[in-house]
Amino acid sequence: MKEIRVPVVERILNANDQVSEQNRGWLHKFGIFSINLMASPGAGKTSLILQTIARLSSRVSMGVIEGDTARVTMDADKVRQAGVPAVQVNTAGGCHLDAALIASALSQLPLAEMHLLLVENVGNLVCPASFRLGTDIDVLIASVPEGDDKPFKYPAIYRGLQALILNKIDLLPYVSFDMDNFRKGVEMLNPGVAFFPVSCRTGEGLDSWADWLESRTRQGTQSSD
Amino acid sequence: MHELAVTEDLLKTVLRHAAEADARRVRQVNLVVGDLAGFVGESLEFYWQILGEGTICRGSKLQIERISARFACQACQLEFVMDSELAFCPQCGSHQAKLMAGNEFFLHSIDIDVDE
Ligand SMILES: Nc1nc2c(ncn2[C@@H]2O[C@H](COP(=O)(O)OP(=O)(O)O)[C@@H](O)[C@H]2O)c(=O)[nH]1
Ligand SMILES: [Mg+2]
Ligand SMILES: [Zn+2]
Ligand SMILES: [Zn+2]
Repeated sequence: MKEIRVPVVERILNANDQVSEQNRGWLHKFGIFSINLMASPGAGKTSLILQTIARLSSRVSMGVIEGDTARVTMDADKVRQAGVPAVQVNTAGGCHLDAALIASALSQLPLAEMHLLLVENVGNLVCPASFRLGTDIDVLIASVPEGDDKPFKYPAIYRGLQALILNKIDLLPYVSFDMDNFRKGVEMLNPGVAFFPVSCRTGEGLDSWADWLESRTRQGTQSSD
Repeated sequence: MHELAVTEDLLKTVLRHAAEADARRVRQVNLVVGDLAGFVGESLEFYWQILGEGTICRGSKLQIERISARFACQACQLEFVMDSELAFCPQCGSHQAKLMAGNEFFLHSIDIDVDE
């Protein structure tokens, strides 16, 4: 018996990455543009999805996957009430969505009729950054009450984004939030990232977000990978 | 929490490479984890010991090499380590920096026993 070192160099989560590539191929086959919406709990993911539906659903046919840790369907019910097909995915306590959960949710959506898929990830700023889903772009919803230091505390999630939304700007007069410091952190981690300050309460800023998303959806899936 | 799922993935990967190399036993697993990869070393080790039971990885050591997050200033090219107090390049003050290292998460190698 002798001891040897075997070189490997293989990414962990390779299995998840492979399933995410399958999801991406599947979505592109149907010509669907897809976004992964991440945020802390309560930042306004569901509110943003509903506001996006209100602005876009007459022009772009959509579907929604709602991730939650618990066996609840509240968020998906709200989306369906707004007239958009939705699937609720429960992670049974797990802290993130993974590619396999998305794959099974996709089989329950009318893909042939859709052009845009919105995925609400589980509320968490840490691990969704590590688990690719196969979506075209990653979008983070930060919110004013969380504070301006979040880019510095969660650099990994800020780095990979294609768009950043800052929600609840209606609260800026009431909480201390240093916009310059927030922007500095974002610029350092992700120079030039598309940035949308919005309020899902007053509607401010949401039209430019919806316009941007519509044009990304129309550019389609070619330019995104 | 998600370290459990990740450790299961790691174990599968290690066992596959160990089988390909006709390993009798795995002694040490060498993993590279960047500071921005979002994984806690202690909990990976904790789950490793539990999941390895009943496999040829039983009792093996999980050796983790941590890589700190390093940025390169886009204006003056200085490389520096990011910390939460530092929102700009310490040399020229630019806010634009590119991540050079810190996102790694991979199995580097395994140390195994094989027949002579
Ligand atoms: N003041 C204010 N509250 C908001 C805004 N957007 C969402 N909320 C509230 O924040 C809470 C959490 O929103 P929700 O969309 O469920 O967040 P999720 O957990 O990220 O899906 C709810 O009480 C919303 O009414 C906003 O722009 N301004
Ligand atoms: Mg929600
Ligand atoms: Zn997780
Ligand atoms: Zn510089």
